[in-house]
Amino acid sequence: MPIYRGGAFVDDTWRVLGDDEVADRGAHVIVSLERWRSEPQLRTGNVGVILRAGEEPDVIADGLVDAPLIVITFAKFTDGRGYSVARALRERHAFKGEIRATGDVLLDQIPLMLRCGFDAFEITHGPTIAALGRGYLPGLALSYQRPVGGSRRYSTVVRPSQASRQVAQEQNDGAGQA
Amino acid sequence: MYRYDEFDAAFVRSRTAQFRDQVARRLAGEISEEQFRPLRLHNGLYLQLHAYMLRVAIPYGVLSARQLEQLARIARKHDRGYGHFTTRTNIQFHWARLEETPDVLDLLADVDMHAIQTSGNCIRNTTTDPYAGVAIDEIEDPRVWAEIIRQWSTVHPEFLFLPRKFKIAITGAAEDRAAILYHDIGMRIVKGKGGETGFAIYVGGGQGRTPYVAEELRSFLPKEQLLSYLEAIMRVYNLHGRRDNLYKSRIKVLVKALGIEEFRRQVEEEWSKIDHVSIDLPQEEYDRIAAYFAPLPLVPGPITDAGVEKRRREDASFDSWVRNNVLPHRVAGHVIVNILLKEPGKVPGDATADQMEAVAALARAYGHDEIRVTYQQNLVLPNVALVDLVKVYDGLVAAGVAVGNYELITDIISCPGLDYCNLANARSIPVALEIAKRFADQSVAEDIGRLRLNVSGCINACGHHHSGNIGILGVDKKGTEHYQITLGGSPGDDAEVGTILGPSFPAEAVPDAIETIVATYRAHRREGEVFLATYRRIGQAPFKEALYGAPNSGASSRKQLQEA
Repeated sequence: MPIYRGGAFVDDTWRVLGDDEVADRGAHVIVSLERWRSEPQLRTGNVGVILRAGEEPDVIADGLVDAPLIVITFAKFTDGRGYSVARALRERHAFKGEIRATGDVLLDQIPLMLRCGFDAFEITHGPTIAALGRGYLPGLALSYQRPVGGSRRYSTVVRPSQASRQVAQEQNDGAGQA
Repeated sequence: MYRYDEFDAAFVRSRTAQFRDQVARRLAGEISEEQFRPLRLHNGLYLQLHAYMLRVAIPYGVLSARQLEQLARIARKHDRGYGHFTTRTNIQFHWARLEETPDVLDLLADVDMHAIQTSGNCIRNTTTDPYAGVAIDEIEDPRVWAEIIRQWSTVHPEFLFLPRKFKIAITGAAEDRAAILYHDIGMRIVKGKGGETGFAIYVGGGQGRTPYVAEELRSFLPKEQLLSYLEAIMRVYNLHGRRDNLYKSRIKVLVKALGIEEFRRQVEEEWSKIDHVSIDLPQEEYDRIAAYFAPLPLVPGPITDAGVEKRRREDASFDSWVRNNVLPHRVAGHVIVNILLKEPGKVPGDATADQMEAVAALARAYGHDEIRVTYQQNLVLPNVALVDLVKVYDGLVAAGVAVGNYELITDIISCPGLDYCNLANARSIPVALEIAKRFADQSVAEDIGRLRLNVSGCINACGHHHSGNIGILGVDKKGTEHYQITLGGSPGDDAEVGTILGPSFPAEAVPDAIETIVATYRAHRREGEVFLATYRRIGQAPFKEALYGAPNSGASSRKQLQEA
């Protein structure tokens, strides 16, 4: 299934691995947090982790800081726990890998997710796929909150009085806006 | 008061455009009703019994004359000529049409207003002291912080899908007039050891099915660290509040389940990990917002006025209105005028478009262009010169909003009830009206004195019955509307949840029951004792006995009452 990332759909190079499946050497696979914990040897390869809805990892103890991909599941789009998990990953742990939303991911929530540090989306909802396919993403261009580190790909203008700090932060991050 | 700058103005415009697009996609079938629901709730649109209801935000209850006039225009053009002021100090239009809602939001944006986050599982309008900035007992103006919280919480991307709705109240005065202990977060501005100001923070209060008075979370928080601390509370709640059961999803249930010590530990731990500097407000931004709330340059005047005194001697209604509704102002020669939306026979909190315009005109002429909305569903002119008081009163008489029953038994708080709301078990408004009729004699109401009476049509407690000195709760009893009575609730500094007195009454028996309760109070009260004080001194028993008979004859009189 294609993944929405950086303003376009791209082919997904990752595959979710069942808990009893053996990982092919070098393949990009996603495992459950239990498996990630119980098989530390996985952590050196191209292995991402999927979190169930509401699952909170101990990022440091679990050695997730350098993981290339963390997938956060939204069992229902009204379950907002994933926003807090993503934001803590970016802000507290300076997580640099991909944060991907999966599950009940809908068009009107994607801008909010971008602002919380998500940068990739696995989408099954037809009208959402169609809208994004035409380049349509109906978020607000303005925000009272400063952008979360890592969400710099999403363009927002914050309060003028905070703008100077935003500019400084973006220069530190070394990135422009999408 | 706060005025939008270019950023705020552009923000609400883009929000309206966004919602217009969402409505169009809903009507085109691209979004299901289930998917649309939180989007419309985040923009104030709520589906009621007969129609959509649009709830417009009145941030911390502050309005200008121009804004109130715009609400009147909306009432006339998009509703049936009136609006309903709520206990969250917002205004509801009960007959909104989905297709017209974006147009209404545009009209609001024209006067620096919006309907953002007035519904849904998000941070709602922050309420405060209706006398903020003018009260004599104020430490610091809480409106500055209420506005800061408004901006911080507006479309905060992390906290729009909380387990449940979230309400914050703040007071800056010695006396709590904002019922802060009945909020998810209550905040009180206090002085620290060195004389610096900060916040005492309370958490986990609320009404509804399981009423709780909030517990102290922190006795002193330096004020410049407020936003990072609020984020820590919100994050703990967002991650750990229950999502499996609607009735157990408020923060109060989490606080009770963990215990206040463990909840505090989690918040402090979260707070210690948050980058405060990136969240707390820069000083220059605080200064920018605070400047809007600088005290008005009022010229002190004499504390008595011959015209007012003369009219008081000649006009008993005016005299009673002054005695009950007019409060002292910080600046000599000025007063605070309470305008009660509690005319006999009128729905508590309702105002017609004409009344809104009349109040707006008075505010412009004599009130320094400012109006407040209170959680008791009334209006306030916070800055009236004593020399203008007679003119203000005459204007209110002409508009039909000059009753002088502030905080008397007829100043009833009521939810819309089964007449409008699909959650209700019973009607609230007819019960409130019938009780108000029984005590319509102003001399009787004044003799009874301060007494808060609240009516809710269901256990969700929008009429705040738990915190009423007398609380009335509509329940469904085998398909008929019955009402449970609680006594001893209080919303203020001595906040307490009322206690259920006994079996419920059918609608027609409620006014008699209230009369019996009031008669019992009058028989037992000591000199100068208000209802709540008498109740606390003598307890439930005398009231119970008066209503249900002596303990051993309880069954028969109960039966009698139920069949009455």
